[in-house]
Amino acid sequence: MKISVEHLNFFYGAKRALTDISMEMRANTVTAFIGPSGCGKSTFLRTLNRMNDIIPGTRVEGSVRIDGQDLYAPGTDAVLLRRKVGMVFQKSNPFPKSIFENVAYGLRINGMAKGRELAAQVEASLKSAALWDEVKDRLHEPAMALSGGQQQRLCIARALAVRPEVLLMDEPASALDPMATQRIEELIYVLKKDYTIVIVTHNMQQAARVSDTTAFFWLGKMVEHGPTPSMFTSPAEKLTEDYITGRFG
Amino acid sequence: MTTDPHVPHFQEELDQLKTRLLTMGGLAEDRVRIAVLALVEGDHAAVERVLTGDEAINQLHIEIDDRCVKLLALHQPMAVDLRAIVSAVKINSDLERVGDLAVNIAEAASRYFTHPPVKPLIDIPRMALIAQEMLHDALDAYVRRDVSTASGVLDRDDELDALKTLVFKELLGYMQRDKATVAASLDLILISRHLERIGDHATNIAEDVIFMVSARDVRHKLEE
Repeated sequence: MKISVEHLNFFYGAKRALTDISMEMRANTVTAFIGPSGCGKSTFLRTLNRMNDIIPGTRVEGSVRIDGQDLYAPGTDAVLLRRKVGMVFQKSNPFPKSIFENVAYGLRINGMAKGRELAAQVEASLKSAALWDEVKDRLHEPAMALSGGQQQRLCIARALAVRPEVLLMDEPASALDPMATQRIEELIYVLKKDYTIVIVTHNMQQAARVSDTTAFFWLGKMVEHGPTPSMFTSPAEKLTEDYITGRFG
Repeated sequence: MTTDPHVPHFQEELDQLKTRLLTMGGLAEDRVRIAVLALVEGDHAAVERVLTGDEAINQLHIEIDDRCVKLLALHQPMAVDLRAIVSAVKINSDLERVGDLAVNIAEAASRYFTHPPVKPLIDIPRMALIAQEMLHDALDAYVRRDVSTASGVLDRDDELDALKTLVFKELLGYMQRDKATVAASLDLILISRHLERIGDHATNIAEDVIFMVSARDVRHKLEE
């Protein structure tokens, strides 16, 4: 198992946001998290690379292991961890720099490459994110000049540049039009050959299209986690069925 | 979990689909009943009604498929709703075929009337009764989403098959003894075959009901 979560509880101060979550995610698969707003799916996603650490007053119980290594064990370096676990957010957030510098940034600050090697790795990342052909002739133009869909793929390229093993995506296509969404979905399909991907989405059809397994969250609990085809044709839990058929939530 | 008192329009459309499918089922049942009654009672006028009255079923066949395609495209249903629509498409086809078989029975009956009767009709009305009960129960199971009634339909299919074999053997005997009975006997054999096929379609519908309600695929005895 690439990711193994056992009895995870998460608190914002006194408020419990996640209750006793245990689940496993295989390498080179896409796992989708679905559930109504406030169900804890994004909170859970962020526990997978300790992004909640930056929120004051939060507390974690239980364990999250990636390749057997406990993220919350004393001595785990959050910075090293986040290099291994990349993240892409709902709203694309390129740095106010050039296209090239956005992708090169992580490589530079981590001292991973310079000169020709840096350029080669930027190119490889942009190709992996299916953006290279659209930007290769204007690498030094501002990233902000790109379209929304291109900016999101740039953020994916930036995340891929530091060669992570796991890619977390929090509603990566919710602000994009259908064409740009389709490109992101195709990208997810291609990227899973090299990465383990976890995606939060409000779009049920998107979860059905891109993921291998789907987990349904409700009130901070994981109700059901199973192969995507059976989750969307015959879920085991009534609650899951009511949610995905739009009877509540 | 709260239940919204407002019925979403998707649910309304699903309910309408169910109603239309039941109308279709009623028409198919009706036509089988009239065809069989016409045969047993030698009612030429009733035969004619079956032969010329297929239009309503054919139109519903198209209308229901159209509804299903639109529901799939516009609502992209999941889970129980998806199964309900996929099942509706299949049940719709089965019912249309039942309507065609009623016409086939009427055609064979109208030919049969032109010959002297081979024998008193005993087993064929029995077959007709079972086939109609199976169809009725399958539709009843669909309305009530009742897996146990649907399973009951599956159990009766062997009964119908056995009667068909019996009818065939008996009529074969008549044909071997007296060549003058061949034409009439063949029509009765065809009718028994059509009735057995109606039972098969009722079985398909019952299997679809089980899939729709419980997500289990019991076709081809997959679960054994």
